[in-house]
Amino acid sequence: MPTIVVEVMPKAELLDPQGKAVAGALARLGKTGFTGVRIGKRFEITVDGPVTDAVLGEVRTLADEMFSNSVIEDVVGISVDGTSVDGPAVEGETIVVHGVAGETH
Amino acid sequence: MRIGVITFPGSLDDRDAQRAIDLAGAEPVALWHGDHSLNGVDAIVLPGGFSYGDYLRCGAIAAHSPIMSEVIDAAKAGMPVLGICNGFQMLTEAHLLPGGLVRNDHGNFICRDQVLRVENASTAWTNEFETNAEIIIPLKNGEGGFIASPDELKRIEGEGQVVFRYLGVNPNGSMNDIAGVSNARGNVVGLMPHPEHATEPGFGPDTAAAMRSGIDGLAFFTSAVRALAAV
Repeated sequence: MPTIVVEVMPKAELLDPQGKAVAGALARLGKTGFTGVRIGKRFEITVDGPVTDAVLGEVRTLADEMFSNSVIEDVVGISVDGTSVDGPAVEGETIVVHGVAGETH
Repeated sequence: MRIGVITFPGSLDDRDAQRAIDLAGAEPVALWHGDHSLNGVDAIVLPGGFSYGDYLRCGAIAAHSPIMSEVIDAAKAGMPVLGICNGFQMLTEAHLLPGGLVRNDHGNFICRDQVLRVENASTAWTNEFETNAEIIIPLKNGEGGFIASPDELKRIEGEGQVVFRYLGVNPNGSMNDIAGVSNARGNVVGLMPHPEHATEPGFGPDTAAAMRSGIDGLAFFTSAVRALAAV
């Protein structure tokens, strides 16, 4: 069954207390080479049948209206079985380990 | 005068809200999230708690409950709706109120008797207060940081939609010390502190007068009764 992955991050300009707590832990461990950590969410949606444009459209709508709240979060990537179909282009400043779409802001 | 209190899976303060409504002289009506009926109530309270375990985002799943379509229609038609804490989060998720709520900036759950200033005393839930009144209302939340975009913040500040502001300390990092907001019409109000916990002498927050004597929350509910009587 195909899997659609939706990735959501807190807006860049907002304080991310979870990321801040992890960044603090890194600093206490002496990992001084890292300047920040931000934590978001990854939704894996399994589809019963092929991922048609209609299915993808429905997931895009759900991503905007349910999986994320546009007041506090951004949808940063949508992919199908590892191939990015949406979201900003990968620009290389941020590398998402095991992820599918980089996010630079 | 009948005021409904909707119970969601994980609501905690629905019974307290019902009691507060009773103390204010109205009839509390228990409503269920899975129904599509408001049972003919005149106003609605969305109570505090941890609906759906705060999964996804606080209030987000509850905001998609069956009864919320009726709540949204009623709110847009002018019915008084009050969202307390998790109920406030639901109202922002349902886009009935501006802004959003995020985790407290210090990362901790906080529980305290909180001083608030009433910034707008003309809403359906605050008309029994004087403008700039200072009141004490219990606050208990982990994700109560109010945020909005700079443009939205400027708009709600300019249009009187900031209804309550934290005084003394900002307990959660809310922008502009905002504790509660309303919609443009003033019939929908949401706030993080819990007015239903300050409605009965002996069970409220501590005040300068005596321990647990605070009943500043009662005026929220008598305000709704007054707003409904004026219709």
